[in-house]
Amino acid sequence: MKWNKRKIIDRVMSVLTASCVAIAIIPLLSILYTVTINGISAINLDFLTQIPKPVGEPGGGLGNAIEGTFIVVGIACLIGLPVGILAGVYLSEYGENRFGRIVSFVADVLTGTPSIVAGMFGYTFIVLYFGSFSAIAGGVALSVLMIPIVTRTTEESLRLVPGSIKEASLALGIPKWKTTLYIVINTARSGIITGVLLSIARISGETAPLLFTSFGNMFWANGLDKPISTMPVQIYTYAITPFPEWHAKAWGGALILIILILILNIGVRFVTRKKYGM
Amino acid sequence: MDRAKLSFFRISRSKLSGDFIFEAVIGFFALGIIILAFLLFRELFIGSALSRDIFGVGFLTSSTWDPVAEVFGALPFIFGTLVSSFLALIIAVPFSLGIAIFLSELAPEKLRTPLSFIIELLAAIPSVIIGLWGIFILAPFIRDYLAPPLSTYLGFLPLFQGPMYGLSMLTGGVILAIMIIPITSSVSREVIMTVPTHQREAALALGATGWETTRIAVLPYARSGIFGAVILGFGRAIGETMAVTMVIGNSPRISESFFSPSYTMASVIANEFVEATSKIYISSLIEIGFLLLVISFIINIAARILVWKLLKVEGGGAT
Repeated sequence: MKWNKRKIIDRVMSVLTASCVAIAIIPLLSILYTVTINGISAINLDFLTQIPKPVGEPGGGLGNAIEGTFIVVGIACLIGLPVGILAGVYLSEYGENRFGRIVSFVADVLTGTPSIVAGMFGYTFIVLYFGSFSAIAGGVALSVLMIPIVTRTTEESLRLVPGSIKEASLALGIPKWKTTLYIVINTARSGIITGVLLSIARISGETAPLLFTSFGNMFWANGLDKPISTMPVQIYTYAITPFPEWHAKAWGGALILIILILILNIGVRFVTRKKYGM
Repeated sequence: MDRAKLSFFRISRSKLSGDFIFEAVIGFFALGIIILAFLLFRELFIGSALSRDIFGVGFLTSSTWDPVAEVFGALPFIFGTLVSSFLALIIAVPFSLGIAIFLSELAPEKLRTPLSFIIELLAAIPSVIIGLWGIFILAPFIRDYLAPPLSTYLGFLPLFQGPMYGLSMLTGGVILAIMIIPITSSVSREVIMTVPTHQREAALALGATGWETTRIAVLPYARSGIFGAVILGFGRAIGETMAVTMVIGNSPRISESFFSPSYTMASVIANEFVEATSKIYISSLIEIGFLLLVISFIINIAARILVWKLLKVEGGGAT
């Protein structure tokens, strides 16, 4: 009798916890479904290659926003990748000291920086300094979010490199810096690339840091020191208007953005799976 | 002999300097992380100086937000941020725990990795897209299907009184809950997985069922780490901007009902920063940003310490 009751509780808890998983997946499925259904009808060649038209005029697209997103994310990578990767290498290979532990901790805490605060930093640090919204300010704001992520993932993937490989290299008389540069980084390459791609996926969808750094622009990009259109900001601008035809464009933009990000995320998983044969 | 000696020293010296230069260069980039954190604080601290001078501590306790009269108090936004984040936690924590327990203890081995990948995929969806979905799908759903039963059965509480607009504190809380479930559940799962196997085996050997093992041997062990995961989720909820801005209604009033629109610290910055024209207006918004930065730093430090302690002790010295 007692045995049965315990068995039943065990089963009930299994089902309860499993339904938590099921319920948590519903919003994801609903988001993917609605974005696909609403977005697919908005997308055509013009949508990908034209600039936006005023409300009421049919046609027009997000071509400039797609271009702008690549530019701003590119700037963020130019700043964020060298800093993030090299800091990560330091933490993993030379960071066994007080300074290293502090940096590692600060990087970890920085991953929780609210994205709107990163935007504010881009504003006070770059926009106020140059006196205008700009693609560069947007890139700087995004790099604030990117650096800690890349640092931590680089550090973690370098730590997975077996000590025996490093020792073998050092035993051949190869100095530590060459060992790190040519052996350790090479061995951990796929892990580092995975972290980099995931961080790019993360920042390409960020809106809050761009609202008052890269701002927005209804035309093609005309310089890195000028305001520039980006997809997330354009989606936001369209979403909060009262016009149904602009809502359709927001869904279209959302579909393109989500496809880009999912390709990066799922692609990365497949690459790493193949590599380690899991 | 001298020649050999000399070349030996030359090589060793060049090795030494190569190592030194390399360590110095990448050490400088590591220092960059500290500089970045310092700059974040410095910029927002200086930017908010004007507002701190004029309003002082009253900024935190005043609920007047009047850009025309140039009188600013952050209380409605602090209230909105705290209440929406707590609401999100109340919804998200039971789910996250359930997910973490299922995916680390009770689920069939084969399902664990794919299911946790799917849950974490939700974290990859950009905030603005979740907001878009929130405006057109979630808000009407909550207005039509969730709010009516709440006001029917729990309407005696002031929390569930008054007319329900689609865009409300409740919608904001739910969307935040959806957004923090991936991080809270995946960190909890990581923490639970660090519980040593012999803990489980001991319970199983005594004849405990799967759930009993989890309850008796695993959860008490992982408690402080799970608490860290919850705090980490709270930190995310506080800093989350776009999705909340799009569904919370953006009205700077303090209302006791979850059905009324509200406003958060992050939302007011997102909405008003570009339009802010006067110096004191901008400075007040920067002060809100500064507060947000300080709060999220404290929360993240607390969470890391709780999670790290566990991962360090039982994770085999990963750091």
